[in-house]
Amino acid sequence: MTEIELLSWARGPGLQIATIIFVAGVVIRIFEILMLGRKANLAEAKGSEMSSGLKTIVSRTVPDRDTFQRSGLTIVAGYFFHIGLFVIVFLYAPHILFIKDIIGFGWPALPTPVVDAVAVVTIISMLVVLANRLSNKVMRYLTNFEDLLTWFLTMAPLVTGYMAFHRMGFTAPTLLAIHILSVELLLVIFPFTKLMHSFTLFFARWYNGAISGYRGVAS
Amino acid sequence: MSASLEKGINALKEQVDSTVAAFFSSCVHCGMCAQACLFFTETGDPSRTPINKTEPLRRIWKSEYTLFGRIGKILGLSKKVDEKLLTDWETLVYDSCTLCGRCSMVCPVGNDIALMIRKTREGMVAAGHAPEGLIGATTRAVTIGSPMGVTWKALSAQISHVEEDTGLKIPVDVEGVEYLLLLSSMEIMNFPEFIEAVAKIFDQTNSSWTISSEAFEATNSGIQIGASDIAAELVQRIVDVAEKLKVKTVISPECGHAYMAIRWDGPNLIGRPFLFKVRHILEVLDDLRTQGRLKISGKEARKLTYHDPCQISRRGGVIDEPRKLIDMFSDNFVEMPDGGKMNWCCGAGGGVSANERADEIRLKVFQRKKDQLDEVRPDAILSACSNCRIHLEDGLEEHNMDIPLLSLTETIAEHLEGSEV
Repeated sequence: MTEIELLSWARGPGLQIATIIFVAGVVIRIFEILMLGRKANLAEAKGSEMSSGLKTIVSRTVPDRDTFQRSGLTIVAGYFFHIGLFVIVFLYAPHILFIKDIIGFGWPALPTPVVDAVAVVTIISMLVVLANRLSNKVMRYLTNFEDLLTWFLTMAPLVTGYMAFHRMGFTAPTLLAIHILSVELLLVIFPFTKLMHSFTLFFARWYNGAISGYRGVAS
Repeated sequence: MSASLEKGINALKEQVDSTVAAFFSSCVHCGMCAQACLFFTETGDPSRTPINKTEPLRRIWKSEYTLFGRIGKILGLSKKVDEKLLTDWETLVYDSCTLCGRCSMVCPVGNDIALMIRKTREGMVAAGHAPEGLIGATTRAVTIGSPMGVTWKALSAQISHVEEDTGLKIPVDVEGVEYLLLLSSMEIMNFPEFIEAVAKIFDQTNSSWTISSEAFEATNSGIQIGASDIAAELVQRIVDVAEKLKVKTVISPECGHAYMAIRWDGPNLIGRPFLFKVRHILEVLDDLRTQGRLKISGKEARKLTYHDPCQISRRGGVIDEPRKLIDMFSDNFVEMPDGGKMNWCCGAGGGVSANERADEIRLKVFQRKKDQLDEVRPDAILSACSNCRIHLEDGLEEHNMDIPLLSLTETIAEHLEGSEV
């Protein structure tokens, strides 16, 4: 297989397969959660489930004072790499074009040098996240193979993308093929790992807010 | 109550619903819940991280309720729930968690971890992995009607004392009144002043009320040990009496989990809404305050703080009421750092105080409360849970700290207009 063939496989059938697994997997995972249902609360309500749930979806993004003091590094590094990933995936011009090809519409991009700088910051924050995971007593205790696998598969597109942009090591088609394949690997593994939190956290936060809000407590 | 691993696993399966599935699907192992838990912050033991305590429930969710997990189970790859796991987890689930719910407030993905641990207990007890102390309390609650073995005879004697001391009649088994007052065994045996306080307040505010000789116990060991069937039976006793006496409101006394049991879990345990209201005593007092019926005179000069009992504040929703009440008699009230919905647990709730095996760790984690108190340096601590009160007194004594613990209801009774000594 030549590098051009590899690239066209990655952009063609590879992407299709990965996208199908990603979409079907995410839908199945969300469906299997919601299908379980939950019993209606029979106690007399002191507050609203719906509005408290919606509020918590937003408010849980910001930690309370004490938590920030105790888990500062986890929180700051977490903000950096999440925001960084968002900027790189959704605000980098070639990515927007790529998405536009698939879904038919696009949106304004950030200047490329800005995204390049964000990529560096994101890669560094991902390294901090890993160092924190391996050195923090609690995180080390909780860490399993999946945590390391998802870290690696999230880091891979960042690094391969950065290399592709700067033409490091290989020829452009090879670098781009590797980058796209690494994204496809991430998409394939996504529905079966904790990466699902990017979807399920909206449900989890809503439930948390609803449970508390029903009792009249803002969570 | 015969227990077996199979029953435990079935009980865990029954606990999985869309909330549990959304929560487990969202956990990213960030470890932030550990920092919200006094059993971790005061011991530094990572196995006490809240989310780790839910491992038995997580394994059941994963292997039974996820596609990938089910495939793994068929291939024999899934982690099993076995006797060893439950034995290893017993002290984490019971001795190292008060179900205080602080972890549920900080989890960045929104997991209600305390609820997950509460659900895990259902499986633990069904599999025979609950602490002796809690099993004893639960057995006494079912057979005698009180976890401490307090009988109507004992309460009746205390009522007579209160009547002698106050000259007030304590209504017993009266039909059609506004309030049915429940009591915790702890109040009956250690703090009968609480009954006296309620009698005085209801006398001044002209409220009609009663105590039932059939169902007076407010506590519910069933929800602490995690046995919903027993919890439902204990709730049903109160419901039967409240409906027979046709009371408008059942009052939960100064006890945290009793409020959770009757106010929030109660109707869900028995499977139907109540025909009466349930209110915490502080909500009732605050209602009387709003109506202008609760009249207070004189102000406290002492520096006061309020310890929020977890099940009443964070998990129960009674947060503003105590503060408004305290305002009535104090100009020198100081909040503890993290006071209110983020307050730190005393360390003895959720069945920990009924579990002798946890005595050592319960006093160790009191250090968190001590640190909070050291920042405020109050002259007295108000609270509204006799379990918190007993344990706080214990902890303060251990550290040679001489700060009196006051019941908020009793303190209000002392400040009633016309009751000044």
